[in-house]
Amino acid sequence: MSQRMLLEVQGISVSFDGFKAINNLSFNIGPAELRAIIGPNGAGKTTFMDIVTGKTRADSGDVTWGSKNVSLLKKSEHEIASMGIGRKFQRPTVFEEQTVTDNLMMALRNKRGPLDALFYAFSNDDQERVQETAEEIGLKDHTDRLAGELSHGQKQWLEIGMLLAQDPRLMLVDEPAAGMTGQERDHTVKLLKKMAETRAVIVVEHDMEFVRNLECKVTVLHEGAILDEGSLDHVIQNQEVIDVYLGR
Amino acid sequence: MDKTSKPFFLRYPSAMIFILCLAGFTIAVTIFSESVGNGIVSTSFLKTLGKTLCFCLVAIAMDLVWGYCGILSLGHFAFFGLGGYMIGMWLMYARTELIVLKASAGAALPLTPQELTDGIGTQIFGVVGGAKIPAIWAFADSLTIQLILVVLVPGVLAMVFGWLAFRSRVTGVYLSILTQAMTLALALYLFQNDSGLRGNNGLSGLQNLPGLEDAAQADISLWFFWASALALGLGYIVVKLIVESKLGNIIRGIRDDEARVRFLGYNVEAYKLFIFVLTAVIAAIAGALYYPQAGIINPAELAPIASIYLAVWVAIGGRGRIYGAVIGAAFVSLLSSWFTGGQAPDIPLGFYTIKWVDWWLVLLGASFVLVTLYAPKGIGGLFDKFGWGEKP
Amino acid sequence: MGLYVKNLFLIVLLLGALIGSITGAAFAQDGASPIQTLLQSHSKKLKRSSAKSIGPVIEAIRESGLPQAQNVLEKWRAKELWFRKSDDLLIFVETNDKKTYSLLDIATGQSIGSATKKEIKQIKPNSGVRGLIDGALVFFRLTDSDKAVRISALDSLGRDPKAAYLPIIRTALSKEKDAGLKTRMSRMERILIARFETDTAKRVVAIESFADDMGIDVRAALNPLLSSKVKVAMEAPDMANLARDIFPGVTIKNDGGTASEALYYEWLGGSPPELSMADAYILLVKAKLAPADVSIEDQKTALISNIKNGQVGGVAIADLNTDKARATAYRALVREDLAAETISVEEQHAVIEEAFFYGVYDQKNMDVVRAARTTLASINSKVSINTFFDLFLDAMSLASIYFLAAIGLAITFGVMRVINMAHGEFIMMGAYTGYVVQQFIPNYTLSIIVAVPAAFAVTFAAGVVMERLVIRHLYNRPLETLLATFGISICLQQLAKNIFGTQARPLTAPDWLDGALVINEVVSISWIRVAIFVLGILFFVLLLFILNKTRLGLETRAVTQNPRMAASMGINIDRVYMLTFGLGSGIAGIAGVAIGLFAKVTSELGSDYIVQSFMTVVVGGVGNIWGTLAGATLIGFLQKNIEFFNPSNTLAAQTYMIIFIIIFIQFRPRGIIALKGRAAEA
Repeated sequence: MSQRMLLEVQGISVSFDGFKAINNLSFNIGPAELRAIIGPNGAGKTTFMDIVTGKTRADSGDVTWGSKNVSLLKKSEHEIASMGIGRKFQRPTVFEEQTVTDNLMMALRNKRGPLDALFYAFSNDDQERVQETAEEIGLKDHTDRLAGELSHGQKQWLEIGMLLAQDPRLMLVDEPAAGMTGQERDHTVKLLKKMAETRAVIVVEHDMEFVRNLECKVTVLHEGAILDEGSLDHVIQNQEVIDVYLGR
Repeated sequence: MDKTSKPFFLRYPSAMIFILCLAGFTIAVTIFSESVGNGIVSTSFLKTLGKTLCFCLVAIAMDLVWGYCGILSLGHFAFFGLGGYMIGMWLMYARTELIVLKASAGAALPLTPQELTDGIGTQIFGVVGGAKIPAIWAFADSLTIQLILVVLVPGVLAMVFGWLAFRSRVTGVYLSILTQAMTLALALYLFQNDSGLRGNNGLSGLQNLPGLEDAAQADISLWFFWASALALGLGYIVVKLIVESKLGNIIRGIRDDEARVRFLGYNVEAYKLFIFVLTAVIAAIAGALYYPQAGIINPAELAPIASIYLAVWVAIGGRGRIYGAVIGAAFVSLLSSWFTGGQAPDIPLGFYTIKWVDWWLVLLGASFVLVTLYAPKGIGGLFDKFGWGEKP
Repeated sequence: MGLYVKNLFLIVLLLGALIGSITGAAFAQDGASPIQTLLQSHSKKLKRSSAKSIGPVIEAIRESGLPQAQNVLEKWRAKELWFRKSDDLLIFVETNDKKTYSLLDIATGQSIGSATKKEIKQIKPNSGVRGLIDGALVFFRLTDSDKAVRISALDSLGRDPKAAYLPIIRTALSKEKDAGLKTRMSRMERILIARFETDTAKRVVAIESFADDMGIDVRAALNPLLSSKVKVAMEAPDMANLARDIFPGVTIKNDGGTASEALYYEWLGGSPPELSMADAYILLVKAKLAPADVSIEDQKTALISNIKNGQVGGVAIADLNTDKARATAYRALVREDLAAETISVEEQHAVIEEAFFYGVYDQKNMDVVRAARTTLASINSKVSINTFFDLFLDAMSLASIYFLAAIGLAITFGVMRVINMAHGEFIMMGAYTGYVVQQFIPNYTLSIIVAVPAAFAVTFAAGVVMERLVIRHLYNRPLETLLATFGISICLQQLAKNIFGTQARPLTAPDWLDGALVINEVVSISWIRVAIFVLGILFFVLLLFILNKTRLGLETRAVTQNPRMAASMGINIDRVYMLTFGLGSGIAGIAGVAIGLFAKVTSELGSDYIVQSFMTVVVGGVGNIWGTLAGATLIGFLQKNIEFFNPSNTLAAQTYMIIFIIIFIQFRPRGIIALKGRAAEA
């Protein structure tokens, strides 16, 4: 790999009460790349994301970030997030008791301290950015509604919108297509591809059709380790991958 | 949309209504007071009203930390009590100093500084078998420093405790229990005779202002009533500004989904600590205004149960809305003093007479369960039904 | 031996008769009882008795072997022995109207006529004589045919040992048949030897025989042997029984009377120096080795009495409000010879430097002192080991109480994530159930056997009702549950007050739980606490069994780990929650009966334990009864240890414990035994 990597994961392992959730896993991604991660239930996909975002501590190994190779292992969630790693959860998690505008406004890239927040003024620039994002995720007409009143799909969009507003350098997207209509999926694929032009995007997905449409490199996880890596057509011909997915 | 350009009171009509009501109430009470007016409001009732305003202020703090930030603290009454202790130390020291000086006026020689402190020490600590003035009273002769300590001591305690608790990611009921333990530890500590704060005797005679021996209690009570009303009004506006700012959005986010806020890049612990310390300071200020009106403070006031009652007020009033906290505190505390004061008429059932002194707590407990079950938004929730509430 | 006494008796009798006839006393009645005859032979000493001369008389009475001897001694001691002035006849006296007295024969108690007050005279033994009579009486009781009397005599002798008892106990020992009592008597003999024997070798042997004995009476007997006085001299002391050199403000006194240097800071505790500099100077003054200083008070008095024209020594009165000004004025008075010179601290210290301070043993015999010192050191080290063991038992007992109080809470919190603030009130309900049962079943053993299941039933039912009516509606809202259960808690507490009143109600333990299991003089534990410990273990095992071996346990564990998954497997979550809550509450009820046995049953009983129970659960970790066991053990031991180091202050102990727990949470936020992975997320 000639290109400098944005995120380098080297030989991490983690276990819960003796169960090895991640086993000596290594993984790299460049600054502008789209990557799909697939794998059966319990393969360690969510745990992998937890480690990168600082939610779970790895027992061994290292995770380094950016051109300065900063280790992420000792950093807390909010520090990692403000370094430019954004995450979208499997279940849509938005602040249901606040409006769409407020949700997006909180995600905007601004100073993150309590006093900054207290004296923050919702400037015209920021309002414009919120409007743009709302338009992009199709919630332009819903900005004053409470997020809790939105449909499941709209919440998914809102969460993607919050990710956009955060403007991260690496996006971790967990099952973005769940609960979306066919048309919305196509839109999502387009959006993800567009975002991957300027930043790194990792998509975890079960839906093979969706992954195929992403037209990107695929990493197959199984029992906490990488089983195979390459194009989708390459990996689905691997006998081990077939065994894992179809059962032995 | 562009809400920032309008003046504060036009942006938030509920705040305007509240401030107007409070101002009207203050003027009305003043007119009817013994000091300036015709005396319909007796001085003792005036004190009750002033104390109730302090309860409302601490309830606002509780609402901010619990209703908005989701931290069910069972320790905010401890900060309230600490504030009371800090101002009480000056009140008691300064008054005792005057008494000792007066008593020595006829002596052959004027007192040396050492004799003066010895005299004060014997007066204050005689009840706990001591005469030496403990080190924590070092600044008790200075009103300025004690006023700073009113804010500083509870603030630092909240900071240390909060830092330890939030840092280790203790949340939810765990955190509540831990705050309760903190309160108990503090109360037990103060109960000791060698705590330096007179053990279970507490501090007393706080209703007398040193240097103002000639002022009547009716006047002093009215001054404190005004001060309490002013503090409540300011507290309301400050808290309103906070909850309406982006900080307000974020702490409500923390209440609803802490992890999500964290992944947005916010240092959740710093936010919680900020709110925890701020509300502790507000509680302490309320306490510093309350205890001179109550006249006495002892460690029983800091017992965990008091902090739980604080949560009860806020829950009954309606959490997540500032006026709800005020209504709850005023309503429940006034009702409580009416029932337990023996003014409420007993209900004879023929075979048994319901004495409210005995049954009020049963009623309060039961109604509390009912409110939690059937009216989680409390009394404030009724306002929503009329459509003129604020966003929760 | 018996023969010897009999011979002695005969000799005394003969002697008595002889003396009686020689003195030719007015008393000459024929057929006088032997006791009368014996007493008459000593009548002079009897009437003017002094401690110096009366010894042989009491000895004679005691050794006479006459059946009335004890009675006569008791009456004599109680000042009820009189004599008739006309013929010196010794009598007991009875009166109804204080004018006429009926006279009773001292041998038979029969009336032998009457007399007026003037005709008779009371014999009044002084306190020295009474002490000697006591000794003789102890002998009678020590040789009584009733064993209980002998035991009580030995006990009372032990409370107030005297040199006079030494021969008595030797005699009694020689007569004693009971082996157990014989051992006790011989121990008492050795204690008396250690204290009062004159032969040094015997004393040392007796003292050294106690090296393994932790009895308080032994320590009380040996400690005075090491008592010492502080003295001062200008030359280095030179005496055999020198205990220690004392450096004022520096050395501390050790147990054995020796001295050592120790660092002492007021805020760190430790022993302060034996002699402060100020006390050292006072000692010098008392020994007339240094001039007395003028105290601040006296200086002030001198200033006041020398006020002239609003001035003292040239200083205006108004300016005398500092120590410095007062010192100036006083110096002026000294210059005018109006007041005594003060001695500065430096001067005092200089004198102290010159002098020698030392401790001298009151006991002159250094062999005895050395024996006592080594023996006491050996005893003390044994005592401290045993004290540690006693502390261990105390802590175990406290831990089992916390375990019982907290386990119900741990179960409900572990399975349902529900904090039940009314848990303490369930404990209280259990205790009151025990009290009510005892009102109907007077037999304490039976009532406790009934009370335990009854308390379980009552609180189980209360728990189920509460779960159905309140908690069920608040799942996934833990903070609301906390507050709602708090509402129930104040309700129940006030109801209990209304029903049972505010005063404490007794819950009496059966006789077989009275008293304590005494392992030795230092280690003991009350049977109630042993029973609670056993109960705690019983419930621990029972719950382990229920959770690991039964269907309910399996379902409970499934629900704990993943409620949604469990529900989809066909487990009736509602039922599991209901039963779990009932079980948790029921155990609280039983804990209430146990706690009620040693604590006062009041409406506040529960709230005294609730915070500790919460702490136990938090420290132990949720969802695992091993965790609760670990938490209870840690908190129990912690509390007892803090109390041990700061015994005067249990309030401070609790404060420090809570602070410790808050810090502990920093390192193990999920408790000692924590769930990990997905189960911990909830």
